[in-house]
Formats: sequence, structure tokens, C-alpha cells
Amino acid sequence: MAGVTLDTVRKIYAGNVEAVKGVSLGIEDGSFCVLVGPSGCGKSTLLRMIAGLETISGGEVKIGDRVVNQVEPADRDIAMVFQNYALYPHMSVYDNMAYGLRNRGTPKDEIDKRVKEAARILAIESFLARKPRQLSGGQRQRVAMGRAIVRKPQVFLFDEPLSNLDAKLRVQMRVEIKRLQRALGVTSIYVTHDQVEAMTLSDKLVVMSGGQIEQVGTPSEVYRRPETRFVATFIGSPPMNILPGTVEGPGRVSVGGQSIAVTDMRDGLTPGSAIEVGLRPEDVQAGGTGASSLSMDVDFVEELGATQLFHGKVAGAEFIVQASTGQLPADTRQLTLAVDPGNVHLFDPQTTKRLGRV
Amino acid sequence: MEKRAHISGWTLPLLLILPQMAITVIFFYWPASQAIWQSFLREDAFGLASEFVGFENYVSLFEQPEYYRAMVTTAIFSSLVAFFSLACALLLATQADKNIRGGQAFKTFLIWPYAVAPAIAGVLWLFMFHPTLGTLSKPIKAIGIDWNPMLNANHAMTLLVLSATWKQISYNFLFFLAGLQAIPKSVIEAAAIDGAGPLRRFWTVIFPLLSPTTFFLLVVNIVYVFFDTFGIIDAVTGGGPAGQTTTLVYKVYADGRLGGDLGGSAAQSVILMIIVIALTAIQFRYVERKVQY
Repeated sequence: MAGVTLDTVRKIYAGNVEAVKGVSLGIEDGSFCVLVGPSGCGKSTLLRMIAGLETISGGEVKIGDRVVNQVEPADRDIAMVFQNYALYPHMSVYDNMAYGLRNRGTPKDEIDKRVKEAARILAIESFLARKPRQLSGGQRQRVAMGRAIVRKPQVFLFDEPLSNLDAKLRVQMRVEIKRLQRALGVTSIYVTHDQVEAMTLSDKLVVMSGGQIEQVGTPSEVYRRPETRFVATFIGSPPMNILPGTVEGPGRVSVGGQSIAVTDMRDGLTPGSAIEVGLRPEDVQAGGTGASSLSMDVDFVEELGATQLFHGKVAGAEFIVQASTGQLPADTRQLTLAVDPGNVHLFDPQTTKRLGRV
Repeated sequence: MEKRAHISGWTLPLLLILPQMAITVIFFYWPASQAIWQSFLREDAFGLASEFVGFENYVSLFEQPEYYRAMVTTAIFSSLVAFFSLACALLLATQADKNIRGGQAFKTFLIWPYAVAPAIAGVLWLFMFHPTLGTLSKPIKAIGIDWNPMLNANHAMTLLVLSATWKQISYNFLFFLAGLQAIPKSVIEAAAIDGAGPLRRFWTVIFPLLSPTTFFLLVVNIVYVFFDTFGIIDAVTGGGPAGQTTTLVYKVYADGRLGGDLGGSAAQSVILMIIVIALTAIQFRYVERKVQY
């Protein structure tokens, strides 16, 4: 097994369109790395460059200690699971899984052993003789994973493998992928636009936007301390609220004339300068009291069962608050929000970078 | 829920299908039934007198060694043309499917020969390979082959196969290209990652996935060679030398129009009709089964 190292990897398409703008990233051996970002952020292109399906315009891709820029996909010792499964429609499930091994001249009994083993792990033993068209979406997905694991590759690559499944199956397969990766311990790179998949699957979360990496970290680091406004609003559901504010002094900002205390604030910010104040819907306490508080005009309430979402405005900006059901009456029109100084995120309005302690 | 339009009465529906029905009846059912009827008659060459002879035309047909020879010629001709036109078209389509510079122009030019009328295509090839006038027969003679499609049956057949293949490649190319473009790119990529080189990828993944297209084209090509090559044969060899490039369909014309044996010629058309019906039936049966792999 091997880790994957990217060094200022670039992809420039014809017409000088730069899809990936110099990405550097180290993925440790055996870890599960998720690339997440909106569509068109370059995450799939990056994955396809690691797979060898796209040429690398600049920089270096290493699998283990080997630079693979010029290596054919077949010789990179990787396996890939595609969004549309990409099963061979004319082959049985067994042949689909055996194809890669046969191409490599693996002995027949070894192929048989490995295919049966993979089928057992994925619980598709009873479908081995069937053709892909006779399987459901979830079963096809398992076959696609089986095809990847029989090869015992150095790296698994997943390109949005769950987006063609229905919501329930997606959750189930997500758990299975995680369990499988833990059991096999193979380095995995997983591309998705779904932030829940990204948070739940990853050891290492890479948030991408516009062909660049916005932030790399564990899921909780990225959630707790987003480095840019983009990451702050992309990770978390409902997204983080961003309010316009001004710097009052060390550890204090003001939002619409209401002063709030902030723990994580950079030193030396000029009082009176504009700043963006980020608050997660689940981090502010609706109806609470405290040293720092904001008042909110409520427009409407969304009931989600266990929780309620209050939509409204704070200091003229859109704001969403999450509260436990029953905590507040649904016809609440005015709310006081207690703000914990430790939960306030500050961003530079120009650079959109975090203005936390260095 | 009701999406069908309701038309009251019979007048409008009948009027709407009338042109189609009229064309089918006048140009297909009527001549076909005429042929069947004529195949049971013996008629003098001027069409002045005829008598009912039952199956006698068929019996005498199967007593002619020329008829069997036309069958063999047709079989050789059609298998050669079908094989070469499919193989060349597939090769060209796989190349055109790649992202190449000027690919669009390449595709357009490849489709042009299909627009050329069979007889004109035949004359074109005849001129190029004419034993004395042909620009291409000189180099052939220069390498020591006594090229003469007018006298040598093998040379004549080669020339026919060349021109018939050349014309049919365009049609096959279009279908193969569409078939190739319908194969999901990710399946090919998966095969590449699975360690299959370009050739192995072609034979184990692409070719099997094209098999419905190939089968369809095979039947269409056989029908083409059986019937639509009449113009080419007539222009290039006229069935000669010594009737050695006379196919079944050319024999219908030769015996009926040139030989004046209308009854025998009609019997031959009826047999051809049965062959086409059989081919079409096979196609419907198998294509429908094989389309979903």
C-alpha cells in the first residue's frame, strides 16, 4: 500500500482554461481522503489525473515513491469506482470482477478465490452469474466496488459513487464504504459534492473551490475552524450565517449596533473597520440570555421534527437559527440570540480569509 | 390521463393513410403479386400469348446449372462485400471516434460516397480500372499482373467487390460511429484501469458492445449486395465475362429483359422475395433479442 502525494498539480484545458490551479496535497498511506466542493471546482479532474485518465499539465503526482505522470492507468496500481458504475454490460458479475485480474494474467484458481472472497465481503455471492442489467442500483454499486477490491490495488479512487442512488441506499452504502475501507486499510480518495458524505467518510477533508484547495483538515477541524468564508458556508447544514459587522476593539465586534465578544480574533485590527461575522445556526442559543446577544426578526419557521429552523433577519442580513422543537412557540416573531464568544468566526470582507488568532 | 386524440368518423384517418397505402400497394404489392402470377405462366417474348404452366418455371430454373452458379456468385460476392465494407467502416469509425483535428471534415467526406448513384459509382471504377484506359490499371500491369476485368472473371469480381464495398462503407461507417458514441466513456476508462490495452479493450469490450449494430449491418449489407448492386454490375461487367459475375438479381434482369423469359425471370424474383422476407424475419428476431446484452 502507498500514500499519494500531489505537488503543484495543474490541469490546463485547450483554450487556456485552468481547471486545477497548482494543487499540493499529501495523502497518508491507509487514510481516507475526501475531496469536496461545488460542481466545476476541479475535484473530479484532480481525481482523474491521479487515475491517469487525464494528462497532467504541470506538477507531479506520486503514488508511494513513484512519480506516475507518464504511467498508464493500468500500471498505476489503482482501482476506480465510477459514478455510473461503468460495469461491462455484456459480462456477468463474475466476469466483471475477474476482468482486471485476467488482463494481468492472474492464475485461474487465484482469480476464483479472490472474486468469491470479494463477493462474500460485499454480499453479492448470489448474483455472480447475472448480468449488470439484472441488478438494482445498489447491487451494481457493490459489483463496482467488488471489481475494485479484487485487484488489491494501492489506492482506491471513488468518483461520486453514491450520487446515482436514492437517499436511503446512499446512507447505507456510505457506511459500508467506510467499514470496507477500515477493514482493508487501502488509501482511498473520494470525490463528492455532498458535504454529509464528506464529513462522515473522511479522515482528511479537502475542500476545493475554483480549482484550488480552500482548506485541508480533519472534518471537525474544518467544521470548527473554517479558514475561509467559502469553507464556512459550504460545510455545515444549514450553512453558517454571515453578518456584516465592525471591529470595536480587541475581542469585541459590533453587529448592527449590538456588541458581541469574540474569543478567536486576530490582534491589531483597526477599530471601526468592516468585518464579517459568522455564526452557525446550531451555535447560537435562541431565546437565551448572556453577555453577548443579538436580536432577530423572525419571518417563518421550518419544522424538521427534532429541531425547528427560524428564518429571519439580524442587522438586516438573512439569518437562520436552529432550536429544539418545543423550546419556543412556532409563532415567535422576535428572538433574542445568546452568542457564545467561542463560537464566533470572523472573516476579512476583502480576502474572505479567517481573521482568527495566528 | 387520456392523451390520444379522438377523431370521429372514418374519412380523415383513411385520407391520412391513403398516400402511404397507395404507394405500398402500387409499388410493392401489385408488382409482387404480378410476379407471383407470372411465375406460373409461360409467355412469348412479345407478351402476346401466355399459358398457365404451374411450377414448371421453377422446375426448369433448378435444372439450370447457370442458376446454381449465380447462387454461388451471389454468395461469394455478398460475403466479400459485407466483410470488407464492415471491416473498413469499423476501422474508420474507431479512428473517427477519437478526438482528432479536423474530425468533422473527415466524417463528412466519409459519408459522401453514399450519395453517389450505383451506376455512376460502377462507371467510375470501371474507368479507373479499364484495361487500356484506366489510370490504376497501368501500375497494376507494371507489377506484372495481366489485368483485364473484361476477360478475367476473378478480375471482374475484384472490381465489383471494390466498387460495391466503396459505396457501402459510408452507410456502415455512420452506424458504427453512432454505436461507438453510445458506449459510455467510463466503461472504456474502467477497462483501461483494469489493465486492458487498446487492442484488448477493443476486442473484449467495444466489439461485443457493438454486436447489435454489427448484426444489424450484416443483414442490411447482405440485402444491399443482393439487390442494390444491380446498377454497379450492369455498369461494370454486365454480368460477364461469360456470365461469371451474374448474381441472382442480375439474372432476373438478364433472363427477363434481355432473354425474354418472363416466366422464368418472375420465378427467380419470387425466390429472391422469399430470401428477403427470411432475412428480415431473422433480423427482427435476433436484433430484438441481442440489443440488450
